[in-house]
Amino acid sequence: METFLQFLFGGLTVGAVYAMVALGFTIIYNASDVINFAQGEFVMLGGMCTVFFSLWGLPLPLAAVAAVIAASLVGVALNKLAIEPARGANVVTLIIITIGASIFLRGLAQVVFDKQFHRLPSFSGDQPIDVLGATLTPQSLWVMGGAAVIVVVLWYFFTRTTFGKSILATSHNRLAARLVGINVEVVLLASFALSAAIGALAGILVTPITLTSFDAGTMLALKGFAAAILGGMGNPLGAVVGGLLVGIAEAMGAGYLSSEYKDAVAFLIILCVLFVMPSGLFGRRGTERV
Amino acid sequence: MPEPMLKVEALTSHYGRIQALKGVDLQVAEGELVALVGGNGAGKTTLLRTLSGVQPASGGRVIFEGEDITRLKPHARVQRGIAQVPEGRQVWGPLSVEDNLRLGAVLRRDRQVAADLERVYGMFPILKERRRQPAGTLSGGQQQMLAMGRALLTKPRLMLLDEPSMGLAPLLVEQILAAVVDLKRQGTTVFLVEQNAFAALRIADRGYVLETGNVVLSDTGRALLANERVKEAYLGV
Ligand SMILES: Nc1ncnc2c1ncn2[C@@H]1O[C@H](COP(=O)(O)OP(=O)(O)O)[C@@H](O)[C@H]1O
Ligand SMILES: [Mg+2]
Repeated sequence: METFLQFLFGGLTVGAVYAMVALGFTIIYNASDVINFAQGEFVMLGGMCTVFFSLWGLPLPLAAVAAVIAASLVGVALNKLAIEPARGANVVTLIIITIGASIFLRGLAQVVFDKQFHRLPSFSGDQPIDVLGATLTPQSLWVMGGAAVIVVVLWYFFTRTTFGKSILATSHNRLAARLVGINVEVVLLASFALSAAIGALAGILVTPITLTSFDAGTMLALKGFAAAILGGMGNPLGAVVGGLLVGIAEAMGAGYLSSEYKDAVAFLIILCVLFVMPSGLFGRRGTERV
Repeated sequence: MPEPMLKVEALTSHYGRIQALKGVDLQVAEGELVALVGGNGAGKTTLLRTLSGVQPASGGRVIFEGEDITRLKPHARVQRGIAQVPEGRQVWGPLSVEDNLRLGAVLRRDRQVAADLERVYGMFPILKERRRQPAGTLSGGQQQMLAMGRALLTKPRLMLLDEPSMGLAPLLVEQILAAVVDLKRQGTTVFLVEQNAFAALRIADRGYVLETGNVVLSDTGRALLANERVKEAYLGV
């Protein structure tokens, strides 16, 4: 029982990270129909920028804020320089563009930063908390709590604010959005910035646990993608549930079978979803598109 | 004659190599209800899309209230007072009826939005009854009302309507057209596009007939209804 609980805590922690990455996929996909495989690089940038900004003298909280802003700017630039010029291109082309962007950002991080692993100090120390015989680190709570806060803020933004609703409206019917005067370019920009910011936050929260390096984003993108399609691409609730499920499956697989299978779990999930239920657990969001 | 509110000059538009508008000239004066009729594929929707700026003009000009708006972005045109009720209604199905309406006012900063919302609810009471339901659950006629209400909330000076009667039962067509006439009475200028030529020309001050991207006839609504060529081609008599 304690072992199970221990694996579960581990799974929920990484699952929360995958959920945040999957939410990033969801927001960009809904606004632009693009599956952004550079999503993992936002997570990497969050961690790496925080590490280096604090090495260069910024206090940690400021470094974290600056890292989120930096990642958002990269998101905006990605949209402006790589996605927008290819507007109207088919899905495969756009995916290849985002994979290219992901490789480019990794290379850039290698040059601007370095090739080493880096860590951040835990936010509230490392004194483990005992829960029913299993232990939970304070940083795990930070990750899960951070993800929960992001979910609530996003929910509020998309259901209670005019700007959030404009983004939703644009994703449901772009023509109608343009005809009432919603500036679709601004919506796209905001979606990329928001998605990058969420990724960066995830990176900052998890770096004290997993460490980070210039190529930390690759696996995260893959697992976030598995989470997003497991939940149903485009569905935010699905992204969160999918993220937690992938995290738990991975932790159980690693714990009870062998840690060698850890990364295989995500691949397995992607294959199963694609073959067995291509629209995922919660289906595509149910709307007409133009 | 004073400057018309909307002046379209030699307007052309293409989809790739297909030319959908071949040099359209027309005018709409402030306060008028002008109808544009034509068969399927004539270019009616393309014309309205070009007027709203969601489809580029390849040549010609669109002048609105004396200003050349041919290259303006869609939101800049909405800001100047051009609203469109698009073909097929295009409501945001998962969003509530009231959210659909309120998003019509997304560019507005004035304090009349709540009053205008009540005005739309007054015009179409069924929308008020269903204001919390997803727009996708409304019937076709109700969605048409919603699309009109949403466009009204942009506070338009010129309302473009693309086949509002399409797919509706005769009784609903009457109701929608009565609402269009009301709009005009309350001072909004209306440019109404219809395949249902009889319904549109009956309520229009003036009308144009569009065939394969060209305006081939223009006259008062009444005269067009009596025109032999119109009767034969569009009224089935
Ligand atoms: N998205 C499009 N791509 C290519 N051709 C189009 C497109 N939309 C319309 N057309 C063509 O342009 C012409 C005018 O279409 P449209 O403006 O929709 O006519 P209407 O509204 O009068 O039925 C038609 O020949 C139609 O086939
Ligand atoms: Mg049409």
